[in-house]
Formats: sequence, structure tokens, C-alpha cells
Amino acid sequence: MRTPDQTLGEILTLAATHFKVPRGKLTPDDDFFKTLGIDSLQTLDLLTRLEHHFNVELPDYELQGVSDFRTLADKIQARL
Amino acid sequence: MKSFQGQSLSWELQDGVVELALHREPCNEIGSTTLADLEKFASVLDGVKDEARAVIVYSALESGFCAGADLRELYQRSQNMDHGDAIKGVRDFLERIHHVMNVIDASPLTTIAAVHGVTFGGGFELALVCDLIIADKMARFCFPELRLGLIPGFGGIPRLKRDLGNGVVRDLLLTGRSFNATKAQQVGLVSQVVAEGESLRVARATAAQLKKFDRRTSAAAKKFIKPIPREELRREIDLFCELFAQPAVEAGLRKFVETTEAQPYLP
Repeated sequence: MRTPDQTLGEILTLAATHFKVPRGKLTPDDDFFKTLGIDSLQTLDLLTRLEHHFNVELPDYELQGVSDFRTLADKIQARL
Repeated sequence: MKSFQGQSLSWELQDGVVELALHREPCNEIGSTTLADLEKFASVLDGVKDEARAVIVYSALESGFCAGADLRELYQRSQNMDHGDAIKGVRDFLERIHHVMNVIDASPLTTIAAVHGVTFGGGFELALVCDLIIADKMARFCFPELRLGLIPGFGGIPRLKRDLGNGVVRDLLLTGRSFNATKAQQVGLVSQVVAEGESLRVARATAAQLKKFDRRTSAAAKKFIKPIPREELRREIDLFCELFAQPAVEAGLRKFVETTEAQPYLP
């Protein structure tokens, strides 16, 4: 079982790798739309990658209004 | 016609397989241009049935298979006409797209949708007319129409109901959520999930396999197992037009068109 910090770290690493942003530039409270510079289609891409990585199902409506990595990690942690 | 190059899509018949490639930026939204090209495709499909054995529908765009109906065009057109004419225009569009979908659905050729990325709304409905859906693991399926105050209008509900259990249909329809290819395979929507970027290659391999069988037997099997729910499809058009007349729809479309948020596709 991952700890919340591990989950958060893996999200940051996955986002940095896929969207080609230096890992060190991402912090837990960043607005990931702005930091990653992603549009709506890329947001769905990130959601799908997170589902595959953590082997969870994330209904989009649970993520409505979520824009920072820390809250995103909390939502995923709740389904691990 | 063995090949066609349209504004929104192209197709080519080669080695017994028709490949229909969608290529309208940004994500193959289905508006009047795509509809006209799809009508051309539907009109030649019967003419190639003796030469072809399979049809593969795929997107040539990296962004995804298809994001659904062109809501910007729908909104802008409806702004330029009175309410009655707008509803009449919507009904006319739906009648035409249903005709295209029914032709593909009923084709004696085996049809394969090779999907990746966003497969939403009308794009999902286009995939649903096909006999097999082969999905890239990054594909995502959704019927977001309810957040606009509408239902899917291109035959989605009857065809989804034909293929899946009613509980899954209600979940997709009533929550407007999306789900990924793995989930889609679990519920029986997708027959094969493949690695990123591999759906077209696998669709081609599948088409090569099914070419080995007697064409009349394949066509008979398809006709037996895949009846077209024509009565429900008709009722869907009526219900869509009834809902389209509600003021909430115009507000929903305006919000969609004017939003600059990064989440317009999330219900």
C-alpha cells in the first residue's frame, strides 16, 4: 500500500515525464493546468495515464474543480 | 470509387479493406462538412461490397478518434435562425447522420473502429456502429450530452443498449462520466485493448484474418447477431429535438462555446 506521499510523488514524476517538464519544477500545490500548460484533451490523457499507473478508476466528476497535485493525490489515494 | 479525399476524411480500398481515416482538426468534430463526406462514403459502400471484406474506421489525428458533434457549429447556426428553423435544422441533420450510421451498421462488410484518445459523444456513436472496437489503451469513452441538457443524438443509446447491460448504459448516460479502454473492455464494449499507437495495426491484422472466411457466411452472421434498433433510433431523434427546444440547451451550448477553461470535456 502506497503512502499519500508516495502517491503524490509518483503523480509528479508521471506528469513531469509525460509532459516533459523538469520534475524539480513541480510542487504539490501547483495548479497543474498552468504548470503543465495542458488543455482539456491533455487533461483527459493525464487522467487515463493515472488510472493505468495506479490501476484505479477515477470518475471525471470526482475531479471536477481539482487543479492541484495534492488534491489529485488525495482523490487517487482514496481509491487505492 | 476506390479512393476519396474529402475535407474531413478520406478513404481508400486496398487489398479488400476499406480504410476510412478521419482528419478534421482539432479532433474530428462532426459538423456539416464531415456529414457531407460521410454521406459520400455511405453512398459508395454498397458499391464496393464485392471487392471489399472489411472496413476500418480510424483517426489520423493524434488528438483522438473523435470528440463528437461540432457544438460550435451547432450553436452558431442556431443563433442565426429563429427557434423553429433551428429545431428543423437539427432534425434534418439528425435524419441525415442516422441514415449514414444505419448504412454503415447494416453493411455486409465487417466493420472495425480502431480508436485512440478521445472517443466522445458522436465519436463514440460512430464507433458503436462498427462490429468490432479495437482500442488503444489511452482511448477514453464518454457521453457528455446530458450536461448540455441533451441526449446522444447519433444513435448512441439504442446501440449502446444493444451491446451492453442496461446498468452500464445508465451509468455512462446519466453521470456523463468517461471511462478508459480497460474499463470499456471489462463491460464488453471493446473487444481488444492494445498498446499506445497500435490500434490501427491490430485492426489491419484483424481485417486480414476475417478475410479468410466466406463473405456470405460473415454477412449472414452479422445480420443475425446485430439487428438495427430502428424504432428506438427514430424515438431518439424525436426526443433529442424535443430536448433541443428547451432554453437550457442554448445556455449549455453557449457556455461550452465561450469557455476558456481547460476542462470543457469534463462533465
